[in-house]
Amino acid sequence: MKTIKVSVVTPDGPVYESDVEMVSVKAESGELGILPGHIPMVAPLQISAVRLKNGGKTEFVAVSGGLLEVRPEQVSILAQAAEVSEDIDVERALKAKERAEQRLREQKQDNIDFRRAELALQRAINRINVAGK
Amino acid sequence: MASLRDIKSRITATQKMGKITKAMQMVSASKMSRAEQNAKAFVPYMDKIQEVTASIALGSKDATHPMLTTRPVKKTGYLVITSDRGLAGSYNSNILRQVFQTVKERHKSNDEFAIIAVGRVGRDFFKKNGMNVVLDIVGLPDQPNFAEIKDIASKTVGMFSDGTLDEIHIYYSHYVNAIRQDVTEKKLLPLTDISSSNKLTSYEFEPSAEEILEVLLPQYAESLIYGSLLDSKASEHAARMTAMSSATDNANEIIRALSLSYNRARQAAITQEITEIVGGAAALE
Repeated sequence: MKTIKVSVVTPDGPVYESDVEMVSVKAESGELGILPGHIPMVAPLQISAVRLKNGGKTEFVAVSGGLLEVRPEQVSILAQAAEVSEDIDVERALKAKERAEQRLREQKQDNIDFRRAELALQRAINRINVAGK
Repeated sequence: MASLRDIKSRITATQKMGKITKAMQMVSASKMSRAEQNAKAFVPYMDKIQEVTASIALGSKDATHPMLTTRPVKKTGYLVITSDRGLAGSYNSNILRQVFQTVKERHKSNDEFAIIAVGRVGRDFFKKNGMNVVLDIVGLPDQPNFAEIKDIASKTVGMFSDGTLDEIHIYYSHYVNAIRQDVTEKKLLPLTDISSSNKLTSYEFEPSAEEILEVLLPQYAESLIYGSLLDSKASEHAARMTAMSSATDNANEIIRALSLSYNRARQAAITQEITEIVGGAAALE
């Protein structure tokens, strides 16, 4: 089967680089599946898991938002933070989740910190989910 | 002439200092190579984000965003990156001198600009000179990761978005190699000089170019800040390494000169003693 090159890069260095048969992501506008030969496209991503299918196996990468760039022969995902499922520090994510929940209880809803805590909670939950797969 | 004991104690003191500077040099050398690696790891991300930003911002004429448009400048922001600690040779003073001169040239009053200071040395300098420091960040680790500087970066970008600052320049020391660092000025915002060496691709936008720019541009500006920080960290360690290496050389030079005069003084003392003994013996005969 045809494959497409995928690279996930963050400011702290490349996280994932490989050839896969299909990439599925959760963009802001909904789920997207990308196969080799896709037209060039750019889409912002949600805090979610990126699924990379290759030879019956599926790998997961947790991304905290970012951007998806598709070219016919290459897919790049630019995220400010991303981890392959094996590399996730579950303990840290659990702690981050607790902290975020704590803050959400204390803050008023219209606060900027409230929004930040919400995002932090989303990231933590996403990491925990991805690590469990 | 200084006594034997005085010279001896000066030699010991200098030796101890030399040991310290030597140790600092070695610490900086290893930190520098780490910082260099970090800066290298960041390059793929920066290249990619630059390419995509250029493709969208230059490729689609109808895509506009506040961060791309120049507006009348009422207040300029200067993001100045310095170190927290001294003993780094001319690293800090080079940057501060240039910023100080530029600011004096460009602005008549202190209300026309604001300083965002990264690093203790820079913050103290601008405060002492009565300049308007709106944001300061001290105590950054030697190997900052993106999560740690995200806060500073988004605050800085936020000041542009909410209209507090109409233009932001960034000053840092660019790492050329271990013995050379150049003070560099970059215009951070608005993003007017985006360019790409690669061929521009025309993309489909999902959902629309505007919404993508909304996500992409802040991320791009934050990356520029992060990149400059990594670069200046490498420069800082390189500058400190060079400074400490010349300090060690100077200490060795002083020790050499002092040992010479110590030996001369010792020789003189012995000679004098012999003359006295001989003189005393002659007097008895």
